Amino acid sequence: MRWLVQKDLRILLRSPLLVALLIAYPVAVSVLVGFALTRGPDKPRVAFLSQIPSSAATISLGGEEIDANRYADVLFEAIDPVPVSSREEALRKVRDGEVLGALIIPPDLIQKLQSGLEPGTVEVFYNAEDPVKREFVENTIKAQVQDANSALTERFTEVALGYLDLLVAGGEFDFLGRHFSVLGLEKSEQILRRAQADLPRGSPASGQIDEVIRFAQIARENLDLSDDVLASVGTPIRVKQTVVSGATTPLAAFAAAIAVTVSLMFVAVLLAAGVLALEREENAFRRLVGGLISRTRLLAGKAVVAAAVAGPVAFLMVAGFAAFLDLDFARAPLWALAALAGALAFGSLGLAIAALAREVRAASLLAFMVALPMAIVSLVPSGSVSSGLYDVIRVIAAAFPFKPTLDAMEAAIGGGDGGIGAPLAHLAGLALAFGAAARLALRRFD
Amino acid sequence: MQATAHETTAVLQARSLTKRYGDRLALDGVSLEASRGERVAVIGPNGAGKTTLLSIIAGIQKPDEGEVNRSPSEVGWVPQQAAVYSRLTVAENLRFFARLEGVADPDAAVERMLEQTVLRERAGDQLGTLSGGNRQRVNIAVGLLADPPVLLLDEPSASLDPRQRDRLWSFIRALGDAGTAVVYSTHDVQEAERHGHRVLVLADGELLFAGTPQGLEEEVGGSGLDFESAFVAFLRQRGH
Repeated sequence: MRWLVQKDLRILLRSPLLVALLIAYPVAVSVLVGFALTRGPDKPRVAFLSQIPSSAATISLGGEEIDANRYADVLFEAIDPVPVSSREEALRKVRDGEVLGALIIPPDLIQKLQSGLEPGTVEVFYNAEDPVKREFVENTIKAQVQDANSALTERFTEVALGYLDLLVAGGEFDFLGRHFSVLGLEKSEQILRRAQADLPRGSPASGQIDEVIRFAQIARENLDLSDDVLASVGTPIRVKQTVVSGATTPLAAFAAAIAVTVSLMFVAVLLAAGVLALEREENAFRRLVGGLISRTRLLAGKAVVAAAVAGPVAFLMVAGFAAFLDLDFARAPLWALAALAGALAFGSLGLAIAALAREVRAASLLAFMVALPMAIVSLVPSGSVSSGLYDVIRVIAAAFPFKPTLDAMEAAIGGGDGGIGAPLAHLAGLALAFGAAARLALRRFD
Repeated sequence: MQATAHETTAVLQARSLTKRYGDRLALDGVSLEASRGERVAVIGPNGAGKTTLLSIIAGIQKPDEGEVNRSPSEVGWVPQQAAVYSRLTVAENLRFFARLEGVADPDAAVERMLEQTVLRERAGDQLGTLSGGNRQRVNIAVGLLADPPVLLLDEPSASLDPRQRDRLWSFIRALGDAGTAVVYSTHDVQEAERHGHRVLVLADGELLFAGTPQGLEEEVGGSGLDFESAFVAFLRQRGH
């Protein structure tokens, strides 16, 4: 088998362009995939018009001044604002496709917010030329307006709570330039109790004062509870996040695992399929199995060639990613293990494909046709399809090496909760199964 | 041209070989013998079973019935199309197959074959750059690496031009003269007459004749027919 592997590697090296393509193409594709996965979409260009006079950009709430520009700055972190001077200019830019949308802040927004009686309204115009980007703009602006609403609600709640405290405990406050002193329910109750004590015994006013004292008492006790009620109204739902299953791999590490697995898949599948089909194309297969080497050893040799090339390619890719993504180099032995197991499983699949297709070109085409859907199916997340369909997808994904290789890579790179043992065992099983399928198909190879 | 004398001790004996592909009978109890230095030509129409017979003797296929006295490792096999690697050089091809054959000294075997095939000057050339004739010589050399007592050639001169064919047959005759029993199939019945000591005629998997070319001519009366005409007449006579 050693001579067979050596011969295949020598033949590969005789075709430097093919080797370069075989390695460089999937690496380039996978790096682009990884890049696309780690890099978010560009900020959408949105025309922005604030019709609020700069002198009136503050909201006065409970004696405190809130700068509306602070909320605009938050919005600008998510969009690329294109300042415009008029509503017409904003609409024209949207129609001409210069911007994906326009956000117009009306001049009365601050007044309405300050009054607390009527909600303020902002206007958003979209360019629907690109549905994906339109959806992105829509979601971005909605999310940012939602954030602004939450922040303002919180501020309104604080102000309202201040007023309620004033009603309960009494104190001083300013409104519309005038100063007020509020007695408060607690002090009112104390004053009434003292006045009731000064009344002659049996006075009819004592009963009436008693009713007022009870009212003040009930009001004070219930208003004390209003802090919690208003806080709940301000943020009715809070989020507590817990990962129930799956790895807690960071997105960048996951993207690296995907990129490496895609490369490994293409190199190992295409190489194994190519070197086996080449034996038939060179008419050497019959000579080899006619007493020189058994079919099983021939297949094993081809799997070793695929693993010997694809494994190191995958390992070097992870090492390359490690330099950019701050991966832990101490886990390098696990990277190598995952790369080797994945390469062997993908190689076995490539052998089965070649044994069926029999010719290099047909094998390459079939390898692409099998590999691409296999990768796509394996990346379908749970919850994105019905549970029945997802079960089918899981079974299909488990029958091919992509998903277990991705799991092994993810565990090796990111050190997720799942561990690497199960995916490695899965890959070993698949390597044997596809190897057996290739051996069966080889009966009609010549 | 009639062959030179050869020893009569059989170095190859195949008995009652039968092979079926589904319902089709490809070989029907065919027996064959070849002696040291003898050249045996297997001829017959398309689908007669020539390649099946040779590939069973070479161990490429298993017969449904019958037996061969030689193990595959004792038989050199030269398939019709050159079974060598076009991206490897002549020497690399020979060395690779010598190692797989388990030859004791692969480098010496390569040297011997380069000498025998007169391809020493092309030893470093990739097979893809050689002419069809030279490729076929390397193809035959691979079959001879283990110095087998029997060499099987499946249509060795197909796709060669007359000059290349002439060189090839000189080479094969030299092998026979050196003691190798050569069994070859061919579509060119003149090659069977010219280079074979004996001729086997197969049709539809059945062995119709085994004897000298003159014997075949005599079977159809020997009335001045050339060998090709005698062969066609013989097949017609036997209902093929």
